[in-house]
Amino acid sequence: MSAIERRPTDWASPAMQARIAARYRAERNFRRLGATALVVAAGFLAFLLFTIVRDGWSGFLRTEARLEVTFTPATLGVDPAAVAGPDGKAMLARADYVALLNEAARGLGPASGTLSDAAWLALRERLLADPGLLGQRVSLWVPVRSTIDLLAKGKFDLEAPADSRGVSDREVAAWRWLEREGRLRTGFNSAFLGNADSTEPELAGIGGAALGSLFTLFITIIIAFPLGVLSAVWLEEFAPRGRLADVIELSINNLAAVPSIIFGLLGLAFFLNIAGLPRSSPLVGGITLALMIMPVIVIAARVAIKAVPPSIRDAALGIGASPIQVVFQHVLPLALPGIMTGTIIGIARALGETAPLLLIGMRAFVTDVPQGLSAPATVLPMQVFLWSDDVQRGFVEKTSAAILVLLVILIAMNSLAIYLRNRFERRW
Amino acid sequence: MKLLIALALVLALAGLAYLAGRARATRLTLAAGGRIGAVHSRPVYHGAYVAVLALAPALIVLAGWGLAGEGVIEGRVLATLDAASQPAPGPDRAALMNEVRGLVAGDLPQAFNPLAPVLAPRYAATKTNLDLLAGALAVALLCLGGLWGYSRIRPDFRARNRVEMQVRILLLLASVVAILTTFGIVLSLIFESIRFFRMVSPVEFLTGLAWSPQTALRADQVGSTGAFGAVPLFWGTIFIGAIIAMAVAIPLGLMSAIYLTQYAAPRLRRWLKPVLELLAGVPTVVYGFFAALSVAPVVRQVAVALGMADASADSALAAGLVMGVMIIPFVSSMADDALAAVPRAMRDGSLAMGATMSETVKKVMVPAALPGIIGGVLLAVSRAIGETMIVVMAAGLAANLTANPFSSVTTVTTQIVALLTGDQEFDSAKTLSAFALGLVLFGMTLVLNIYALAVVKRYREAYE
Repeated sequence: MSAIERRPTDWASPAMQARIAARYRAERNFRRLGATALVVAAGFLAFLLFTIVRDGWSGFLRTEARLEVTFTPATLGVDPAAVAGPDGKAMLARADYVALLNEAARGLGPASGTLSDAAWLALRERLLADPGLLGQRVSLWVPVRSTIDLLAKGKFDLEAPADSRGVSDREVAAWRWLEREGRLRTGFNSAFLGNADSTEPELAGIGGAALGSLFTLFITIIIAFPLGVLSAVWLEEFAPRGRLADVIELSINNLAAVPSIIFGLLGLAFFLNIAGLPRSSPLVGGITLALMIMPVIVIAARVAIKAVPPSIRDAALGIGASPIQVVFQHVLPLALPGIMTGTIIGIARALGETAPLLLIGMRAFVTDVPQGLSAPATVLPMQVFLWSDDVQRGFVEKTSAAILVLLVILIAMNSLAIYLRNRFERRW
Repeated sequence: MKLLIALALVLALAGLAYLAGRARATRLTLAAGGRIGAVHSRPVYHGAYVAVLALAPALIVLAGWGLAGEGVIEGRVLATLDAASQPAPGPDRAALMNEVRGLVAGDLPQAFNPLAPVLAPRYAATKTNLDLLAGALAVALLCLGGLWGYSRIRPDFRARNRVEMQVRILLLLASVVAILTTFGIVLSLIFESIRFFRMVSPVEFLTGLAWSPQTALRADQVGSTGAFGAVPLFWGTIFIGAIIAMAVAIPLGLMSAIYLTQYAAPRLRRWLKPVLELLAGVPTVVYGFFAALSVAPVVRQVAVALGMADASADSALAAGLVMGVMIIPFVSSMADDALAAVPRAMRDGSLAMGATMSETVKKVMVPAALPGIIGGVLLAVSRAIGETMIVVMAAGLAANLTANPFSSVTTVTTQIVALLTGDQEFDSAKTLSAFALGLVLFGMTLVLNIYALAVVKRYREAYE
């Protein structure tokens, strides 16, 4: 029986040193690989935000041209004597501002065709604010067409050949003339935040879509929050172990992973075709999204309820509270921060969701702010989708600007959720 | 709108019932000298009991009227016409009633159907009458219920137990909504799919290689039936969601998770984790816009440089890449959980034996966490194949059966959106095929989810 010959490893030998060096090299490479993965992911996010900010910030600006207008009563088709009368305001509101605009635009010479189709609204607004201007000559700023707006923002490559740069020589000449005359200014685009959708990029705004989102989320919250919290309470505190609780739990876990577009199919088949609820409305959109985010709220609420220590329940039961009193007077208030965090995350998801709303017709082209919960409306992400489809060049910056607004709201909501989690969540 | 007013009225009346019940119980308590236990339940419970008895029947009446009322009114209004001029049920009837409603509301200056102006005043009158009737019924039931509850307030009446029973029923009902939603999804998908499979055989749908669901303008047009072979769609879905996107998401997500959990200093982790979460919080429509506007042109240039002169502007690669980035945080957080569940002793043991961190990760932790990681990847695949906006905006509509990432493919979700957003009659095979696609998608994600959750659960139990 021969003893196994064992020599101690000679760590100083070149072979072993090389092996150790190779292992450390592998370690460093692996570590770098991990860092690279994170840098790629973060870099992608940075690049996405960068392109959107780069394309989008100018969407908040609008170019206006100075126009000299004489409020000639004859062109407006109003009787100067009747303006002071009882129907004066109504008469001024109905007057022919388009003709007045066309007349005034002739004064712009080569740039007469550069004004926005809705520039007459600015004239009307001015005259209605001060009827005394009738018959007088004033100078005011009116919005210009989208092409001129983009030229002023430097969005066209003027070095490119005329047929591929997307803007005609005549428009460039008109813009140059306006610039030379000092008739252009670029200012904050209040129409973008206030207006609803429009076929003209310079008039389109996200106001209507934002209000639509608000209506839709209102419905979503009043349905999903109570339902989610109540079913979480039942599952955590009252459900008898058995078939029913298992089936409910399985449904909730699966609903949380069902693709959102399937909820759109449900909304289309059930709410629109069977229940006959109004198409394109915040009502149906809100109900559909509520069903979609309810599992998110249930799961978050269950975690929060589970985190409340049993000693609190036992103490309350011990001094004579009924199980319902224990839950509603002790457990729920303590679990509320966690529940709120989950709810806000769910609502943020509903706010960014587009696919199910496409199927229930919320891609409607709505040129007015929504009138109510059952009137046709659109929502912010849908407005992004609609504008991204539009071939007009002016909509590119509008799309990015709308995305910026959406992202700011979402980041604010998520920060609020994180703040609530850190501020109020207790470790027991 | 009227329904909202009725709802507000009913709620206000129920509030009054609550106050009345509470006041009466308070008086009883005072009459008994305020002694604890003289009246079984505290006044709020008596008030709540009266309010519930008042509110429940009224709400049921209002909800029922809100759902069925329009149908009843339509039936009554149409019954006033003689049998010959009554429109056939279906689209004709719906169109006529829409015009009538438009006339009544004043939205519609003039109707096309000559019957509409005749029916409009009748509709308005019937609607007013029946709405009032339903409202009156609700209020009457509310008063009856409230009075009955009020009359039951006695010192020995166990109001708290009753109210708590009612609350328990409410909790149960809220939980059942989840089951109802699941059933609603399954039933609506299955019913519409059955109607579709009456027109197109399931075998053709599941195995056919040609997808062109166009419908004819004339009945005798060539190809008027369309082709409903969905294999190219399934392939496109898997190609984009399960192959390209995962090729991006699995290495990046897994490596991010390993770096964050094993290497990064706590400070760095506190900063980097929210960045990843932010990536998950960006709406998909934003990714879609980015894929279509920024990524797709670059991919096309690469394709042209590689010698594909006719490269498509909406390639599978652009959509898949962006979708992969979207999925990174999801894979990363699943891998994070899986790695965290590996017992610390295994990791420490390996390190104590002299293994480097990367050797420990590769040879000990990842193999131990593999079931959890695979479960997470399957969940990520299920999320990727159900993703809609990125592929709608960046992947195109051409149903090609190709493995070339630079060519255009289409997916199940893209086709569902394309089929259901046009102006289509609801009975055509084209529209109904969207539900069959939805059914397949639902089935696929359901199987993936159940399997993945089972894998993850079994894995967690193994280490607990």
